[in-house]
Amino acid sequence: MFDKTVVELARALSRREISSVELTRLFLERINKYRDLNAFITVDPERSLAQAKAADDRIGKGEAGVLAGIPLAQKDIFCADGWRTTCGSKILSNFVAPYDATIIKKFNRAGAVCLGKTNMDEFAMGSSNETSYYGGVKNPWDTATVPGGSSGGSAAAVAARLSPAATGTDTGGSIRQPSALTNLTGLKPSYGRVSRFGMIAFASSLDQGGPMCRTAEDAALLLNVMAGFDARDSTSVEAPVPDYTQSLDGDIKGLRIGLPKEYFGEGLNSEVAKVIETAITEYKKLGAQVVEVSLPNSQLAIPCYYVLAPAEASSNLSRFDGVRYGYRAKDYSDLLDMYCKTRAEGFGAEVKRRIMIGTYALSAGYYDAYYLKAQKLRRLIAEDFRKAFESCDVIMGPTSPTTAFKIGEKSDDPVAMYLSDIYTISVNLAGLPGMSIPAGFDAKGLPVGLQLIGTYFDEARLLNIAHRYQQVTEWHRRIPKGFE
Amino acid sequence: MSLDREQVRRIAHLARLHISEQEVSAYADTLSRILVLIEQMNAVDTADVIPMAHPNEAGLRLREDTVSETDQREKFQRIAPAVEAGLYLVPKVIE
Repeated sequence: MFDKTVVELARALSRREISSVELTRLFLERINKYRDLNAFITVDPERSLAQAKAADDRIGKGEAGVLAGIPLAQKDIFCADGWRTTCGSKILSNFVAPYDATIIKKFNRAGAVCLGKTNMDEFAMGSSNETSYYGGVKNPWDTATVPGGSSGGSAAAVAARLSPAATGTDTGGSIRQPSALTNLTGLKPSYGRVSRFGMIAFASSLDQGGPMCRTAEDAALLLNVMAGFDARDSTSVEAPVPDYTQSLDGDIKGLRIGLPKEYFGEGLNSEVAKVIETAITEYKKLGAQVVEVSLPNSQLAIPCYYVLAPAEASSNLSRFDGVRYGYRAKDYSDLLDMYCKTRAEGFGAEVKRRIMIGTYALSAGYYDAYYLKAQKLRRLIAEDFRKAFESCDVIMGPTSPTTAFKIGEKSDDPVAMYLSDIYTISVNLAGLPGMSIPAGFDAKGLPVGLQLIGTYFDEARLLNIAHRYQQVTEWHRRIPKGFE
Repeated sequence: MSLDREQVRRIAHLARLHISEQEVSAYADTLSRILVLIEQMNAVDTADVIPMAHPNEAGLRLREDTVSETDQREKFQRIAPAVEAGLYLVPKVIE
């Protein structure tokens, strides 16, 4: 039962082959059994089982929502009323959210059961889950390697079948890169598609929540629940939301796949390159054609991002001052000292680095050279995509330049870590939707993700393209050894 | 460009982060390395480019100025480090 997809479990629940309480227990047991992965920061079996019981009652009365009784893991960046919500930080170690994020509310309404809050890089700042105050997460495919980040707990949980699906958030690749490193189907929607209300902010003009699943079919089902306008998010887009499950089977004959030459150059691991080429060949067999496109400013995405994201973060994280919620330092002499010590003790090294870079970039005398310059580059990067989409329908390439790397391998070198998001970051800067889907394995048996990038609000087409591939391939069905 | 110790102290002050004297050099070093990465931006001439602040540039919505939330002061203050009589407590700021 634990290896079933969300679609399969929904069917089993509606046919009463299993109850939500039984299912929730099964996954809670697995979470406990594999707790060495450290995929979860908080589990609260009593709360989960109460939700499951309520879902069973609703199913019994025939008034069930689309995800009625389905257990899901929520990234610990989403506020959930009554749940401790830490965002991977010490500064929120005692924060019990007093309200629900919009997407949590939507999942509750749909009848889903929260299995727990998943581990993550502190404030989503990281690509390996190693910046979490609650410790790193192990990749179920090789427990000596990282699961990627920042949604590393969600990735490990779904890959190890501790949860049928999970939520993630993606500011520079935090859904797609961990999905690639753990063999998942992860979708970062277009900016504005999914409400950010109650999702603890890192970089507000880049952050977007999305599903992390095993199949495109499941991702469509979850996105149906998550997407949509929210008056409480000032950047939420008022555009109709299609039923993403309805277009999965559409024919992709004649689909024009754009391959950006910049994504296949220096820095790309040769085994990853080979897997991606094979996946493209598979798409050709399905009737797609390939065109070469160019994203000439790709190499500028990382420098641009490491100005804009820290600048926005330095502003967003100024709210953590030890006054209204969260951790407060024990010893201080006056108000300023209380702020400074609370923040020094409450934030980890990477978060502090980014706050300082952002503060510097926004400080008097440097604004034009850094922040404004980065915003101009952001325009050039977005323009590159606009031009590329004149000759293609979807852009494909690797999600990550390498497969999962060893725990500790890059944790002392922030710049080396930043480079692992080289293919994902520009998508956030432009605000486009992107996916990572399982495409094969390297010689060490570690998964490789194929990235699909669509034009604005083209999530339905991305899911369709992913689903057609999953109908003719088996990669997404693989289960890591030791978790069968 | 690289940051000197004095600049690091100034940034930390602006960011309201207490850093010890021992940490200053380490920060100066790491932040300088990040700035080297960032300064790759200078390779491109952007004189005529309009800055892009946001992916959806349609502008922000306005709403009616009406009461839409209920008062939940007690619930929200229950999670605060120090509260008294409905007020958040901080060290004395006015003598």
